[in-house]
Amino acid sequence: MPGLTIQNLRFSHPGSSFALQVKDLRVGAGSAFALLGPSGAGKTTLLRLMAGLLKPEIGDVRLDKTSLLSLSEAERRAFRLTQIGMVFQDFALLDYLTVEENILLPHCFHALGKNRAALADHARTLADQLGIERHWQQLAGRLSQGEKQRVAIIRALAHRPRFLFADEPTASLDATRRGQVMELLSRYTREQQATFILVTHDTDLIPLFPDHARVEDFTA
Amino acid sequence: MITAPLHLAWRYVSRHRLQTLLLAGALALVMALPLCLRVLVGAAESAMRQRASDTPQLLGSRGSALDLMLTALYFKRQPLPTVTMAHLHELRDTQLAEAIPLDARFHAQQTPIIGTEIEYFSFRHLRLAQGKMLTRLGDCVIGARVAAQRGLAQGGALFSSQEQVFDMAGVYPLKMRITGVLAANGSADDDAIFVDLKTTWLIEGLAHGHDDVSTRPDAVLKATPDNLIANSSVRMFSEVTDANLGSFHFHGDDSAHQLSAIIVRPKDAKSEALLAGRYQKSSLPVQLIQPIQEYDLLMSTLFQMEKLAYSILAVTLLAAATVSALVFTLSFRIRRREFSTLADIGISPRDLILTKAFEAALVGALSLLFAGLITALVQWNAAQWIRQMLS
Repeated sequence: MPGLTIQNLRFSHPGSSFALQVKDLRVGAGSAFALLGPSGAGKTTLLRLMAGLLKPEIGDVRLDKTSLLSLSEAERRAFRLTQIGMVFQDFALLDYLTVEENILLPHCFHALGKNRAALADHARTLADQLGIERHWQQLAGRLSQGEKQRVAIIRALAHRPRFLFADEPTASLDATRRGQVMELLSRYTREQQATFILVTHDTDLIPLFPDHARVEDFTA
Repeated sequence: MITAPLHLAWRYVSRHRLQTLLLAGALALVMALPLCLRVLVGAAESAMRQRASDTPQLLGSRGSALDLMLTALYFKRQPLPTVTMAHLHELRDTQLAEAIPLDARFHAQQTPIIGTEIEYFSFRHLRLAQGKMLTRLGDCVIGARVAAQRGLAQGGALFSSQEQVFDMAGVYPLKMRITGVLAANGSADDDAIFVDLKTTWLIEGLAHGHDDVSTRPDAVLKATPDNLIANSSVRMFSEVTDANLGSFHFHGDDSAHQLSAIIVRPKDAKSEALLAGRYQKSSLPVQLIQPIQEYDLLMSTLFQMEKLAYSILAVTLLAAATVSALVFTLSFRIRRREFSTLADIGISPRDLILTKAFEAALVGALSLLFAGLITALVQWNAAQWIRQMLS
């Protein structure tokens, strides 16, 4: 089961009355979980807490057997780079780098034992599946929103993470592409026995996620 | 692991070429200014010092010693009170020194025509690259750069310019035959036209040649035992040729003829001291100067100005560095979201700082490269520019 475990977590932004409180949330390996809610409700904040990008005031986030709070900043960064794949809402791509450079960028900064050539091959295969292969050497700044979103997804999956956190990964895609992406992410979760957390405001996706919750359930 | 931050910095800088080039160019100009100033001052020093130290003494009209030096050594065009041939004779009569007259009052377009005697060429160690030395009245020998710039060679010709445009009844330009071209020696001699002293008198109108009036009785208006007055049908020659050479003649006493300066080469130290004493009196219309002393005086003034210029440039450099720091700070602030993105995808704070530092370093390196190129360009042309400034 391990996967993601959150217990007694509390978080608030300094000087804000808004607070998130998660008493108990578990998402097992090979499972997917959708976090729903309107814009500004705190979905992204909760996702960032799960990924270790934000530190809770109290409580802990455990990914498999690793407690994120017990890790140093550098260890948490290394953990994220090797074990977590993150699709950011704003894609987090650099316009002046090519698609290939954007996908491999995090791994260029860290010698984490990953075979960069194998990683690039895998990323290229994913790019082929998502129709991005022909843009491989193109600057990210010249891509459409939908293409950028697919590049962000490829970057999240390229290193075969055990945890996949996706923030509105289909927001800029048409229905066909949305289907392709969701199929890819679901298949990946099943095949890699990964833990997949999806944040979305798109209620059409609810049928795909029997296991889901509304973010309002976690606000204090 | 500095290659990744360097690569990222390089990608940003190369993607934003125009901004980078503008910033680097502005910084390069500020950095190059003091370097170029030093190069130019150095070139001026080396160009001027050797010539000044090679010239023991100069006799010229009393007035600005600096102007006298600039005219006699670098042929700088400026109105200078003259001395006369009488002063030359007087100097030679002392038998204390060799005296070489210089007349730099005339020009061919912008090029100075230097009237002198043949000793000048050996004194300055000038040798011919082609042709031969002055052989008769109206001949000229040209400097290497004059030949190159105007495409002139032995056998060609040059016209002297009228010094006073509105003097319609004055002396006509003289067509001078080029008998030789001097080898380049990297001094003001490369930019001058040399003629015999008598040729400058011809240019000045103190000598002339015309049809033989004794064979043209129809042209004679009035005849006296000493003089013949002819009408305008008598042709005046504007060029000296083998055929008309004999008709050229000088009027008046040459001791009144003017000179710009006289180069004085004392026979020994005692003669030098005696001459200095002889011309020390302020009541005399002439002065005897030592060019090297005037040069040192000029350089000490220039050195003061150079120091002042460096102080101003140091402040400018500091201001430019501050502006650059501000530009980078604002740029990084504007790109805050980009750096937070990099942090989100796992780039460490240390690598982010390195990336920013490399961006600044790349712009700095480009500025240094540009500054180096500008300085090299100035260095390449410094000697020529200094000569042009002095001429």
